[in-house]
Amino acid sequence: MKNDPGYYDYFPYKNRPKITWPDGKRLAFWVAPNIEFYELNPPKNPARAAWPHPYPAVPGYSIRDYGNRVGHMRQMQLLDKYGIRGSISLSTALCDHHPEIISLCAERDWEFFTHGIYNTRYTYGMSEDQERSMILESMDAIERAVGKRPAGYLAPALSHSETTIDLFAELGGMYTCDLFHDDQPTPVRVRNGKRFVSVPYSLELNDTIVYVVNKIPPRRYGQMIMDAFDRLYAEGAQSGTVMCLPTHNYQVSCPHRIKAYEEALEYITGHADVWVTTGREIAQHYLANHYDAVAAHILTEAKHGA
Amino acid sequence: MALDETYLQYPQRRYGMDHDRYEWSMLTDRPKITWPNGKNLALWVNVSVQHFPLNPEGKPVKLPGNMTMPYPDLRHFTLRDYGNRVGIYRFFDAFDRYGIRPTIALNAEIATRYPQLLAAINSRGDEVMGHSWNMDTPHAGGLSLEAETALVQRSLDTLRSHTKQAIRGWLSPGKLETAATPELLKQNGIDYFCDWVNDDMPYAFHTRHGDLLSMPLSTELEDRFVIMDNQHSEESWCVQVCDACDFLSAEAQTQGGRILALSLHPWVLGQPHRIKHLEAALAHVTARADLWCASAGEISAAFNAQSPKPM
Repeated sequence: MKNDPGYYDYFPYKNRPKITWPDGKRLAFWVAPNIEFYELNPPKNPARAAWPHPYPAVPGYSIRDYGNRVGHMRQMQLLDKYGIRGSISLSTALCDHHPEIISLCAERDWEFFTHGIYNTRYTYGMSEDQERSMILESMDAIERAVGKRPAGYLAPALSHSETTIDLFAELGGMYTCDLFHDDQPTPVRVRNGKRFVSVPYSLELNDTIVYVVNKIPPRRYGQMIMDAFDRLYAEGAQSGTVMCLPTHNYQVSCPHRIKAYEEALEYITGHADVWVTTGREIAQHYLANHYDAVAAHILTEAKHGA
Repeated sequence: MALDETYLQYPQRRYGMDHDRYEWSMLTDRPKITWPNGKNLALWVNVSVQHFPLNPEGKPVKLPGNMTMPYPDLRHFTLRDYGNRVGIYRFFDAFDRYGIRPTIALNAEIATRYPQLLAAINSRGDEVMGHSWNMDTPHAGGLSLEAETALVQRSLDTLRSHTKQAIRGWLSPGKLETAATPELLKQNGIDYFCDWVNDDMPYAFHTRHGDLLSMPLSTELEDRFVIMDNQHSEESWCVQVCDACDFLSAEAQTQGGRILALSLHPWVLGQPHRIKHLEAALAHVTARADLWCASAGEISAAFNAQSPKPM
C-alpha cells in the first residue's frame, strides 16, 4: 500500500492560472444523477458486504428500486423544468434491466458516464485484468446503448484499487469523478502519461452522503446547496469554479425531499453567470483551454519550491 | 490477487428485475387511479403497536428499536412500554380530533398481554393488520421455514380470535422478510403486505400461491426513522410530512390518485414534547379538501377495484 495515491501534486487555490468558462460565466454547474442497479442477491465480495441484512435484504434493495420505479421521472421532470441536462453516473447493467430510462435520458441528450456494471459489484479484490475487463465492459455497454463512448468514470459504490484511474485513462477515458480534492478541474497523473482530468463531483453535497451518512434534514440540504453555490459563484468572479450536485433518485425524489431540491435548482439556475453544463463538457473545455497552462504552472512551482 | 470469476459474471442481467417477485414498471406508465368521491390523496396512518421483550435473543437479527444496554435494559424496555400505556392514548385523541381512522399494525402478543389496550382498539373499530408476534420475532434469513410457519400462524390466529377481524394485511417487523415470507402470508389469508418500500402506489407481488398486493408504507418518512435514526427534530419531521403531502397532492392532479402513508410509533411521537408536532402534521394534511382518509384495507380494495387484474 502507498501513503499517497500519487494522482496529483499539491496546487494551492491561490494564484492559479485563471480559469474562464464559455461566455464569461463564473461557475460551471452540473447535476450528476446516479442511476444505479443494486442486485437482490449479489455474489460476496471479500472486503465489503453488499447488504446489512441476510438475503433477501428487503429494506436496502427496495428503497433503491424506488429510485428507478418512482424517483427517476420526478427528478427528470425537474431537470427539464430548469433546463439542466443530467450527467448520469450509470450502473451499466441498467441498459438491460431498464432500457426505458436510458431512452428517456438519451432523448434529452444527457451525458452517460460509467459507474461500473452493478452498484453491488465492488472493485476490491479484483486483479488488474479483472478490473480492466469490468470497466471496458461497462464502457462498451454505454456505447452499445447510446452510440457514444463514455468520457467519465465513477467507480461502482466508490470502490477503488490503486490503479482504477490509470486503467480508465488507458481505456480511453477523459475524466474521473473519484477525487474530491478541489473545486476546480485539475490535471491527473496517470500511468500512460495522457492528458487526463479530475472534474469536481462534490461528495459533501452528494444526497446519499448528506441523507444517509450525515443524516441531514431535507430543508437544510437545500440550504447547504445554496450556501455552497453562493460561495463558489462569488469566487468564480476571479477564476471559474465548478459545482456538482450528485444525486440519487431514491433520495432527492422522495416526496418529503423534492421541494428542498427544487428550491435549490431554481435558485442556482436563476443566476445569470452560471454555465449549466455536463461533466464531459467541463472536461473538454478544460483540456482545450486550461490543462496545458495549469500543468506547466504546477511543474514550474514544483521546481521553484524545490 | 483475483476474485472468483463468477464475480464478473452477471446471470440476472436481463430486461426487468433481477428476480421474479414483480414486474418492472415505472409509476408514470400505469393507469391513473381515482379514489372514492374523486379525491386525489389517500391518507393512510399506520400505527405500529409493539412489544419489545426485556430479554431479546436478537436472532437472526436485532430489530430496530430493540434493547441495547446490558440486561436488564430497563431504559429501553420502559420507554417502549410507555407507548402502549400513555402514547397510544394521546394518538387516539389526536386521531379523533382530526377525523382519522388509523390502521393498527399489532404485535400479536399485545393482544394477550394488554387486554385493556386490545379492548380500546376493538371498541374504536380500527382495522388491525398482522405485525408478527413481538419485536423479537424477526422474519429474516436464517429463520427456519418451520419456525416461521408457526410464527405466522400463531400471530394471525391470535389476532383473529382477539379482534374478530379477518386480518388481511401484514407488516413484518423492521420490514424484514425471509425468502419464504410472502408465500407464508398468502397461504395464511393475507391479501396485502407493506414490507417493500419500492413504490408510492400498490402493485402486484407474486408468490407461488397467487399474488399479494404490495402496499407502499414509506420508511423514509416514518417517525422512528426520521427522529430516532436520523436524529432530526420533531419539528423537522412535521415539515417533511407537510412537504410530502403537498407534493403528492400536486402530483395526483396530473398523474392520478396518490397515497400519503404515515407510519407512526406511540413510543416515538406519543411523548409529551413530540405529540404537538404530530397534531400539527395532521392539521396540515386534513385541511386539504382533496383528502380521502382511509384504512390500508380500504385503500387496497379501492385500488384492486380499478386494477386490470384484481387480486
